[in-house]
Amino acid sequence: MIANLPGWQRLTGFLRNPREALTLSRGNIELWANLLIILCALVFMLLKGATFAVTLTTVFGIWAMLSISLNLVVGYTGLLSVGHIGFFGLGAYTVAILTSTTSYENLRTGEIPTFGWPFFAALPVAALVAGLVALLVGIAFNRFRDDIYVLVSFGFAIISFNVFLNLRVLTRGAFGIHDVARPQIGSWVFDTELELMLVSLVLLAIVIGISWFIVSSSFGRVLKAIREDEQVAEVFGYHVTHYKLAVWVISAMMTGLAGGMFSSWTTFIDPNSFILLESILLVSIVILGGLATIWGSLLGALAFVLLEEGMRFLPFLPQEYVGQARQVVLGVLLVVLMVFRPQGLVGRFKL
Amino acid sequence: MSNNGSQNNYYILETLDISKHFGGVSAVDGLSISIPRRGVTSIVGPNGSGKSTLINLLSGTLPLDDGIVVIDGQRLRTIHAYETPDHSITRTFQEVRLFDQISVLDNILVVLTTRKFWSAVFERTSRQHRARAQEILEQVGMWEKKDSLAMDLSYGQRKLLEIGRAMALNVNIYLLDEPFAGLFPQMLERVKVLLKDLRDQGRTIIFVSHNMEIVREMADHLIVLDGGKLLLAGEVEDVLNQPEVISAYLGT
Repeated sequence: MIANLPGWQRLTGFLRNPREALTLSRGNIELWANLLIILCALVFMLLKGATFAVTLTTVFGIWAMLSISLNLVVGYTGLLSVGHIGFFGLGAYTVAILTSTTSYENLRTGEIPTFGWPFFAALPVAALVAGLVALLVGIAFNRFRDDIYVLVSFGFAIISFNVFLNLRVLTRGAFGIHDVARPQIGSWVFDTELELMLVSLVLLAIVIGISWFIVSSSFGRVLKAIREDEQVAEVFGYHVTHYKLAVWVISAMMTGLAGGMFSSWTTFIDPNSFILLESILLVSIVILGGLATIWGSLLGALAFVLLEEGMRFLPFLPQEYVGQARQVVLGVLLVVLMVFRPQGLVGRFKL
Repeated sequence: MSNNGSQNNYYILETLDISKHFGGVSAVDGLSISIPRRGVTSIVGPNGSGKSTLINLLSGTLPLDDGIVVIDGQRLRTIHAYETPDHSITRTFQEVRLFDQISVLDNILVVLTTRKFWSAVFERTSRQHRARAQEILEQVGMWEKKDSLAMDLSYGQRKLLEIGRAMALNVNIYLLDEPFAGLFPQMLERVKVLLKDLRDQGRTIIFVSHNMEIVREMADHLIVLDGGKLLLAGEVEDVLNQPEVISAYLGT
């Protein structure tokens, strides 16, 4: 039976036995959502050409890394965090400061230190910095849950944004950091869009691998139990705070990795990339794709990137309104989805 | 009561003067009870007499305000919930608390897998885990339901699954908070059989109940609470014939 197969195998089963698949597909929103989004991606690629598609894939890789690592916390453990943009920013700034070589003019801030590290040396440090901060923040956060958790993580997002904006001796505040290094192995600089896509996808594969390894283990099952009833999980002998802290730190480290990739891809970062709104968008992607499913997060990120970039080409929409219209559409989409399909496109679990 | 280690081998669980206050109200007030190692002990009492609070205190779900709990000769001032399996204690809840949005099978498996933090990341569900989970689910008659979410089960099935989950832990002391409440006769029989099985394996069962007929049938020992204090304790028949019990029950 195709219906009993998980994720990918269901797609291959679909090809092997078309007739059974056809009867199954009636009224199967999950399947249609998959097909629709992947079809949209293909159509988009054909219409706009390979170069644009490559850039989009890089962006998709970054968003997918973010949504998968956030899903570990929100979907699997049930801690609704809107503060992950802070870890994203930490990763981005760590890579930017460590790899940038530009000597900066003395603005009101004074010189900031530059190190000129290679990208691949700075990237693990970015993950470590994000992880370390997550450890400290997580110890404080561990006593909260549910709605209060949203509030304290909201606080973290605000604080981290303001640190990026005002810690000028490190971040140059609103002036941002230029010339972040591109990935480089030996003399091979990953400078073209295609090479950057490659790095983005490899990092995404690592994030997927780690997440899959965690959620398919006994550890992952305990996380879900904690999501459902923390106190009962504790009665059955699990040190709940340790589990919550561990998954929080792992998730933050992977988010930091995505941040590093982002900063190298744009080569210029300023605090405006790390505002609270981005964090809300991220949570929306996770919910849209489906909580507690890695495939759902991939799908959600793909849908989001298509929506975001695709709206740029709507003929009746003036360029200057695209940014706002995106948020409106995403908002409407979320409302519609919550009414008709609260578990997201492919999820099983409701918040 | 004797607190001497060698002599109280007859008792597996004792409380010495334990108290719990909520605001100004004493839910449990200087309570000292002893629970024999063998057989089934029932805790009865009118509403608000501290039965559930007592279970919560013994299982670490609520922190003790005062007093000592002696578990198998070990004197404890605080009981952490996550330590209770090490003390060989587990419990069920008055209002069923399952892991709702995971499958029935996972509800059992989560109890069977390792408690070691790092090994858990590398542990996959083994054949032994699966076999043991199947054994338990068949015992509670839920094997066919193994793939449905726990939230989709009926009340009686949820109650059974919760008992099954507690049985999966394989401990000596079972604290069951109203295991018979709200069950149809057929389910009721099933729960009775499960508890009798556990008793025959030599485990200690402590259950809270309002139903005197079931208490008469199932329990060997009886503890009657009133207002957070011990009213009477002893063998079931002896206690139930005391006029205080009758008045406490008919008086409220």
